[in-house]
Order: sequence, then C-alpha cells, then structure tokens
Amino acid sequence: MKFNSNEVIMNITLKRKKVDKLSLLLRVLVIAAALITAGVVIFVVGYILVMGIPNLKPSLFELEYTTENVSLVPALINTLAITGLSLLIAVPTGVLGAVYLVEYTKRGGRFVKVIRSMAETLSGIPSIVYGLFGLLMFVQFLGLRLSLLSGALTLSVMILPLVLRTTEEALMAVPDSYREGSFAVGAGKLRTVFVVVLPTAAPGILAGVILGVGRIVGETAALLYTAGSVAQIAPSVMDAGRTLAIHMYALSSEGFYTKEAYATAVVLLAVTFLINALSSFLAKRLTSGRTVGK
Amino acid sequence: MKTTTVIKKKSKKLEGSMKYVFMFAAAVNIIAVLLICIFLFANGIPAMAEIGFWKFFSGTNWMPGNNIYGILPMILGSIYVTAGAIILGVPIGVLCAVFLARFCPKQIYKPIKRAVELLAGIPSVVYGFFGIMVIVPTIRNVFGGDGNSMLAASIILAIMILPTIINVSEESLRAVPESYYEGSLALGASHERSVFFTTLPAAVSGVMTSIILGVGRALGETMAVIMVAGNQARMPKGLFEGLRTMTANIVLEMGYAADLHRGALIATGVVLFVFILIINLLFSIVKNRRKN
Repeated sequence: MKFNSNEVIMNITLKRKKVDKLSLLLRVLVIAAALITAGVVIFVVGYILVMGIPNLKPSLFELEYTTENVSLVPALINTLAITGLSLLIAVPTGVLGAVYLVEYTKRGGRFVKVIRSMAETLSGIPSIVYGLFGLLMFVQFLGLRLSLLSGALTLSVMILPLVLRTTEEALMAVPDSYREGSFAVGAGKLRTVFVVVLPTAAPGILAGVILGVGRIVGETAALLYTAGSVAQIAPSVMDAGRTLAIHMYALSSEGFYTKEAYATAVVLLAVTFLINALSSFLAKRLTSGRTVGK
Repeated sequence: MKTTTVIKKKSKKLEGSMKYVFMFAAAVNIIAVLLICIFLFANGIPAMAEIGFWKFFSGTNWMPGNNIYGILPMILGSIYVTAGAIILGVPIGVLCAVFLARFCPKQIYKPIKRAVELLAGIPSVVYGFFGIMVIVPTIRNVFGGDGNSMLAASIILAIMILPTIINVSEESLRAVPESYYEGSLALGASHERSVFFTTLPAAVSGVMTSIILGVGRALGETMAVIMVAGNQARMPKGLFEGLRTMTANIVLEMGYAADLHRGALIATGVVLFVFILIINLLFSIVKNRRKN
C-alpha cells in the first residue's frame, strides 16, 4: 500500500516536472547512502570470499594443529564445546526467567521493571568488560583457571539477556486463549506453561537461542582471558583452548599466515551466516504461525 | 480417591516451589549485574586510589615500566574513534534508513535489508582482518604514514554501527503517522521535502536512540579496533596517527600485567564500564521520553 502510494506520488511529481533542486539533491543523497551501504556489504563479504576460498586447503582441516598446517579444526571443536556449555547454562536460566516475567507477574510490576532494566544493562556491556569480569570471578576467584568452563560461564552471562528477551517476546506472542483452554480442561499453571505455552513459543525461543550462538561464535574479547588461546583441542572443559574467532585473531595478528587467515575468515563467515539465516528462518515461522492462527 | 488428592497436594507443592525457581532464574540478571559491579569495582577502585584519582584520570603518560598510569590518552582515544565512527556512520545510516522507509522500490527492499543483516552478523575479528588487509594499506598509500590510525579505526567502526543505525532509524521512521507526510504533500511540498521536513523531524528521537546505541557499540568494540588503530599509548596526535582506546589498553597488556599495573588495567575497565552505564542511562531516558 505504502509503496504504491509513494510510486503514484512520485509519478505525479515527475509529471509536473517541477522537481526543485533541493528535492533532487535529497533524492540523490538518499540513493547514494543506500548504494554506499550495499557497496560496503558487497565489498567486505566479497573481498573475504574471493581472497579466502582459493586458500581453503585440506591441510586446514586436519584434526591436529601444527605450525605447519595451522589447522582450524581444533578451534572449531573448542567452539562447539564452549557453545554447548554456554547454552546449557544460559538457555534454562533465560527461558525460566522469561516464564516468570510473562506468566507469573503482572506487567509493569516493580520487580519486573528492575529485572528488565538489569537485562538491558547486561546487553549493553561490552564484551571486554565481560572478559575482565570472567577473569576476576571465574578464572581467579572460583579458581577455574583459563578453561573452556570459565569461557562458557562468561559467555552464558553475556547471552543471558538475549535469550531472556527473545523468549519473553515469544511467550507474549502465544494467544491467551491457549492458556485459558488449558486451564479449562483442568491443567494447573505449571502444566499449562510446560505443555501448552512453551511448545507453542518454541520456534521463537529457538530463534533467540541461535542468535546467541551467533554471538558466541563471533566472540573474541570476552574469551581471550577466560578460555585462553591454546591451539589444540582442549582435553577437558577444565583446560584452555581457543575458539575459531580467537584462532582468527591469532593468525591475523601474527602476520605469518595471511593465506590461512583468509581461509579461516571464510569459514568463520560461513558459520555465522548459516546461524543467522537459521535464526531468521525460525523467527519467520513463528510470525507466520501467528498470523494464520493455527 | 486418596491417590488423586495426594497427587493434587504434590502438584500444588510443585506449583509453589517452581514459582520460586522461575523467580530465581529471573533474578539471575540482577545478581549478574551486581557481581560484575562488585568484582570490577573491588579490583579497580583500590588501584585508582593507589595511583591517585586525579593522576589516573588526567595523567597523559602511560608507562607501566615506571609505574606511571595516566589513562587520559586512552579515554580521548576512545572518544575520538567513536566520534569519527559517528560522523562517518550516522549520515550514511540515517539516509539509508530514509531510503528503506520511504524511497525504496519494492523489488530491492528485501535484498538491501538482507545485506544490512549480513553486515550485523560479521564477527568483529573479521572486520579487523578486513581493516588490516584493505583499509590500513589504502590509508598508508593515500595519506602516507603507517596506516594504522584513528581514521582506519573510525572507518571500521562506522561500518560496524551501520546496521544498528539503519534498523533503529528505519523503525522509527515507519512509526511516524502517515498523516504528517500527507499533510505536507497536500500543502504542495514534493515527496522528498515532505519526507525530510515532516517525517524525519518527527522521528528524531528514534534516530537519537540509534545514535546512542551506535556510540555504545563503538565505545565497547575491542578486537576490530586493536587490529587497525596502531595502539600507541600516547596522546592522540591526529587523524592519520595511531592511538589507543581503553578497550585496546586492557586486552594488550592484561596478558602479562601484575600488581598495580594489573589494577590499573582493571581500573581502565571500570572507567569503560561507567561510560557504558551513562550511555545506557541516556538510552533509557530517550526511550521513556519517546513513550510519553
């Protein structure tokens, strides 16, 4: 609708042929800005892909890291481990917290407001501050040393507000009639939440969780001093190990492995894009489900 | 009969206790913020006191070897780089948002929106790497010098905050009532003039929100900045000279720092944290004003 009316109006103004200079200038500026944005995206992504894809050699994917092959597989495995651990902590906490905010409290209550503002504060804290906090609390105070566990604990605090907020939104999107129906057939509050509300909201929650995964995979600053930068597969969660993003940082700052760094950047980009695509696909499924009202 | 009542009682107990489990999960957010504050302040403030608050904030020299810790160069570094990112990124971002909300033909809307999403998903190390490989050499060739500079960091940060600026601004432009625009058209203004002089001013608080979010992101960004800013711990000298931000200061030296040096780095983190808290406060003020 909006687009149509815009087009009609544009046509009218064109027909009048009274396009004044200022209007023309504004239009040029707007189009230029859009072109610059699109150009930047194409340039950044295109450059990494063009330079990186020819360097994707099989030696990069060997299980063991050596200074010869600079394999990224150990880093990838560490990334998976840290992601899994972080989700194990952050997802239950975030989801249950959101259940409390949406199902158990009145909107606008004081406690709810405090929690919301705290979650907002958390989501604004830069990753290096999380890194410092993780170093002080998990690595030193709790004595977990540089380890995957320290890193995962740090990251789980970091993605907690994201999981909380997206779950809240997903829960609020569940129509009240579902809850009423469940109560009407005799289910208690708890059963209603776990059997009716949460499953309905699952795609939305999952979309948020996957966004969190994206943040974990791309994270560097929060992990440098919590999970360490050992280039091998960590033997256990109590040992240090680098994730893919840290691996990428190490390669590019060392300066000896430019080709390998390009290739690693391609893998890192591919992983994050896949994750984001998956998340928006799930989010779309949620919204389409809502409009159909199934 | 008996068993059902037992089950009912049990489930009631479960209902009651689970409520507290949920409540605790929600309260974890509060606990986390408190813990972060406690750990940072407890480690950072004593170091600041030992160095001397005035010396720490206004000292222009950072020489850990001589036990001299002044973080003014890093504070200024962070502010300059962020200002550069805002100057470069905000005009492009807002204009692009105007394009998306008001000028964009339907066929190319989705591709552009996708592209912006793509930009938001790129990890900061990849931006940093791109900066090392493309932006730094370009600056070196065009303007001379080392290339690792304030300008390089500002350009990278400007690209990184674009998605935030575009998405938040576009949303607020779309929230402006259509009648504003139509009223302007009815008075004979062109499409462009109507958008820029009625719709955009009405969306200004949303644009402000996007800028505040962008500032927060630029101030806190670490890896991409470290990789291209040169990181010299001295007062910023100019657009084409290297500088060091607060975030870079922490990451570069935390690996080997001990004693007071370590404390000074944590204190740098405290200063950064307080900056971000102020920005969050601004954000919620603007947001509340928008609601009213």
